[in-house]
This record gives sequence, C-alpha cells and structure tokens, in this order.
Amino acid sequence: MGYILEVKELMTQFFTQDGVVKAVNGVTFHLDKGETLGIVGESGCGKSVTVLSVMRLIPQPPGKIVGGNVLFDGQDLLKVSDEQIRQVRGNKISMIFQDPMTSLNPVLTINQQVSEALMLHLGMNKEEARQRTTELLQTVGIPQAEDRIEDYPHQFSGGMRQRVMIAMGLSCHPDILIADEPTTALDVTIQAQIIDLVKRLKDEFGMAVVWITHDLGIIAGIADRVAVMYAGYIIEEASAGELYKNPRHPYTLGLLGSVPRLDEIKTDRLVSIEGLPPDLIALPKGCPFYARCPFRIDRCIEENPPLDAQVYDSDHRAACWVDVTTGRPI
Amino acid sequence: MAKDDVLLEVRDLKMYFPISRGVIFQKAVGMIKAVDGVSFTIRRGETYGLVGESGCGKTTTGRSILQLYRPTAGQVIFEGQDLTKLSGEALRRMRRKMQMIFQDPYASLNPRMTVGEIIGEPLEVHGMARGKQKKERVQELLQVVGLNPYFVNRYPHEFSGGQRQRIGIARALALNPSFIVCDEPIAALDVSIRAQILNLLQDLQGKYGLTYLFISHDLSVVRHISDRVGVMYLGKLFEVADSDELYRNPLNPYTQALLSAVHIPDPAVEARRERIILTGDVPSPANPPKGCNFCTRCPVVMDVCKEVEPDLIDVENGHKVACFRVY
Repeated sequence: MGYILEVKELMTQFFTQDGVVKAVNGVTFHLDKGETLGIVGESGCGKSVTVLSVMRLIPQPPGKIVGGNVLFDGQDLLKVSDEQIRQVRGNKISMIFQDPMTSLNPVLTINQQVSEALMLHLGMNKEEARQRTTELLQTVGIPQAEDRIEDYPHQFSGGMRQRVMIAMGLSCHPDILIADEPTTALDVTIQAQIIDLVKRLKDEFGMAVVWITHDLGIIAGIADRVAVMYAGYIIEEASAGELYKNPRHPYTLGLLGSVPRLDEIKTDRLVSIEGLPPDLIALPKGCPFYARCPFRIDRCIEENPPLDAQVYDSDHRAACWVDVTTGRPI
Repeated sequence: MAKDDVLLEVRDLKMYFPISRGVIFQKAVGMIKAVDGVSFTIRRGETYGLVGESGCGKTTTGRSILQLYRPTAGQVIFEGQDLTKLSGEALRRMRRKMQMIFQDPYASLNPRMTVGEIIGEPLEVHGMARGKQKKERVQELLQVVGLNPYFVNRYPHEFSGGQRQRIGIARALALNPSFIVCDEPIAALDVSIRAQILNLLQDLQGKYGLTYLFISHDLSVVRHISDRVGVMYLGKLFEVADSDELYRNPLNPYTQALLSAVHIPDPAVEARRERIILTGDVPSPANPPKGCNFCTRCPVVMDVCKEVEPDLIDVENGHKVACFRVY
C-alpha cells in the first residue's frame, strides 16, 4: 500500500540527571494520502514527542531518537542529512503548534514570518512572497488581510494568531500537516472556527493531517482513524467509528467514560480511572496501565502486550491481554 | 422557592477596572467593564454553574462575591448580610464560611510551605486550631480528599497536578465553609484525573452539604455537576436556567452557538450535528458595543439589538433570558 508516511518502531528518550525518560517506546503507525489521523492521549503520553521526532525537532541533548524509521517520500527522515530534512520541514511536512501566543516571533511582522518559508522553499522574491502571504491570510479568513499584513503578533487575538500559524503551515502546499493541540489554548467558539477551517483547507489542498489532542470530542468530529497513546505506547488503533463504538482497551474505555457527554442523560458519577500514569523513568516490566486497570490479570505484570495482541477487522488493534467485552483473558 | 433557601444573592453586581495612563500622575482613561450588572441567587446545597468564554467576567464575578475585589457597585448578600458593606474583622469572620478552589494547582500552592502548613494556615489565621489539634485536623482533611495523611511534611512539588488540586480542596475545606467558589478546578488537569476531582467534589458536597459556585468554560462539565447554570458573555448574564432545561432548550443565540460548538465523543453523532459557527472575536470589555453585547457576532441580529440592551427576563419557570428574539 502506498502510505504517505510510515513510522516504524520509533523510540525517543531523554537523558536527564534523574535517569532516562522513555518518552516514546516503539511506536508504529502509518498515514494514508489525504486522511486525518488523530493521536489522543494525556500529557506525558508521548504524542507530541512522537511527531516532533518525525520532524526531527527533538532538542538534542537531552533528547535522542534511539531507534526506528520514518519513511516519507522514499527516504528515511531519521537518516537524511540536516540539509535534506530542512527541505522537508515546513515544505512537505509542516506543523502548527499548540500555543499561538508563543510560537510566533513577537518582533517580526506577520508578513516577515509567513514570507520566510515562501522565500526559502519556493524561491519567491519579496514582492511575490508578500502577494502570496496576503492570499494565504485571506484563505484562512483574516479580515482586511492586506491592511493587517504589516501588523505584529500582539495586535492579533488568539484565534487570529492561530489562523496565521495555519497560513504559515499551508504556505508551501504541504503533503502532511501536523497539528499539535492547535485549539487547546482557544475558546470554544473560536475552537469551532479553527476546526472548521482546517477541515475545509484539508479538502481544498488535499493534505493528510495528523491531529494531536487530549480531547476525544474533537477527534470524533475530524479524524478518519485514531491512535490512543499511553506511557509512550500506542495502546489502541482503529477507525474513528470503530474506536468510539467498540473500544477494546481498558484505558480507551476509561477515557470515554470519564468525560461527561452533552447528548446523554446526566449520570450521578463519572467513571474515573483511579491512580496516576506511570513514571516514564521507571516503566514497569509488564503493561504500563496495569496499576490502574480494572481488568488486570497476572499475565499483565509479566508481559507487556503488543499492539496486535488483539486484532479485529478493519485494522482495529488493541494492546491488551483481556477481552474487555467479556472480561476474560484472550 | 422559599426565601430562607437562599444562601447567596448577588444584586446588580458591577466590577470595573480602570485603565490608567501616565507614570507619576496616573489618570483613568477608560474602564474595563469586567462584570456589568449581574444578578442571581444561589440556594443552599445547590451547585450553580457559571459558563462563558475567557474574558466574559466569570472569574471576576466569583472573586468579587468573596470580596477579593471590592465591587464597583451592587450587593452581595450572604446569609442575610451584605458583604460589600463589611470590612475588617466582620468581613474576616464571614470569610470562614466561604472559600475558593483555584484553577491552577501549580500556582496556587506556596512551593516553600509543606502540605501541613498550607492546609493548616487557615486554621491558624482564624484561630480555630493549633498545635496537636491542628495537626490532627490536617491529617483528617488529607484523608477526606483521598490523600495519605502521612504526606503532611511533603512539599507541593512532590505531587502531581491532580494531587495538588486535592491539597487545594483540603485547604478550602479546613474551616468548614458552607460556600465554595470553584474557579475552573479541573481545567489544568488531565482527562483521566478530571473525573476523579469532579467525583470528589460531588462526594464532599453530599457529605458536608456544601454549596458551590462552579466556574468553567467547559459546557459538558458544567451540565454534569450543576443544578442551575448561568451563561455569561462580556460581563453580563445572557441566560439562566435549570441545567437540564438550559441544555434541552437553549433560548439565547449565544447559548445555542456555545452548545453547538461542543464536541461529542462519538463520530456518528458528530457527523449529524449542525454547528453554528460564530464569526469574529469577542469585543473588548473596555469598549463594548451599543445595545446587546452580542450584536456584533449574533447570527440572528435585528436592528433593535444594536440600539437597546435586552434585560434578563423570566420567560418560563425561572428560565431567564436576555434576548429580543425571545420575548
């Protein structure tokens, strides 16, 4: 199959004074052309580190990609030279970040920042880049783009800044857009605007999107396929419809139970996942979710289940030794 | 509603912050109308949810109720006494009965104090307990919020976000308050931890008969925990109703848009939902529009909305709404 991006057994670790933080522990996933893949998980589960590793943006040291492959366009992005990765970054794969307040440079105008990629990757001159920047800002819905192009980031609101980030991300017509919690810092109504915008642009530009979030609600509205991460592992992967209808991992089940839903009858208590995520420096030998899992069996202490411990049709996979529908070992 | 049921009544509360210019001779050049004429009542034992986007004045409302800001105008009547008229010792005595849980568990605990000192401080300040008695009370409180009583000598950095929030809750409970303002108590926490804290808050309410003002931007959470909900926008209350009624039958266009923007964790439902996408941003509270504050973004705006400000009117059984489309 012609995947546009294939990540195999990716491992990223941080070498700190306290020990080795095992942030990503052998993550394998792929991305089809034009699809939206959602990566869901809590903070510290390794979702951001995974995509930063794909872009080779892990600060080094203390971080290090210790293993795996990232196949894109016939080459392994982890092996190519710095010069080559720069050709890909921002050009063929681009990224928008969580916090639009800090990811724009406060001392450069919007024009300077958006134009930079255009001049660098597409070889435009200043005037062409300016022209294109104006068009891009119009595409992402910034009113009076022509007048605002020389403004500085502080003159824009949060939602508008995120639109500028998206304009930058789109500027070189990327094949893949990686969105790392792009709406977390925004208000609900502005969030709806941004999600709507990315959906529309995805169809218009025909990109594949990797959308990272901790919010299962957002993912339900936009993703074709979803990967759930926990303690540096993908613990469940399925098409969006399947994952929400038929969760097979106790953690996914717990996550879905722990958010109140607007469309359901009010319940008295939420189903909460007890305890805390494990320390990434001292990961247990067996399943990382063992201590918090209501379905645990003895096998889980000894052996960490691989993602294909349970495989169902339409590539639904779950890393668990127990069938959650019956509560019995598989 | 029986009159003696009311624990707290807020009447036409206004909180303006001056915008000043000048270094030495500061003069006010404008006013940020953070809260602009808000009235509501909270009954004993209920959870009143206050929702809205950032900058709508929900936190300022909570803080001015507790007199952490002295309101510009209006009355806050708590157990029959107008708090805005109290000061000094009289106010301090009332403060025992009302406490606050803060949003950011990383910023609201002093990193140089041990857990025992943090939770014990209100006891000492109000002269309720000291010495051995204080220590026992602190350990009891730790147990109540689900922490190990042996943690008294640890420092905040040794705890995770969810655990710190539990410490914040223990501190709020220390003086046996009757009323607690919960200001976005779960916004900074991870998804799986949020449910733990929400359940804890509900358990404590049942156990101690607490009354909550629950401030949040998350509509699903507010619906889950609240008995009644007020929707704020740009310093004003736009709609107030019982939580079930509000979510089943939202009347104000802003509430409708807000509800439609909430995502439901189910792709099948998501595909069927129609979203009202608002254009533009919230106007500045320093310069709110004439007429209805929502008229610049409202999808069903009329001419009258740009001229006259709608009042919050009871349309049916305590369902109040401020919109000319409705009445």
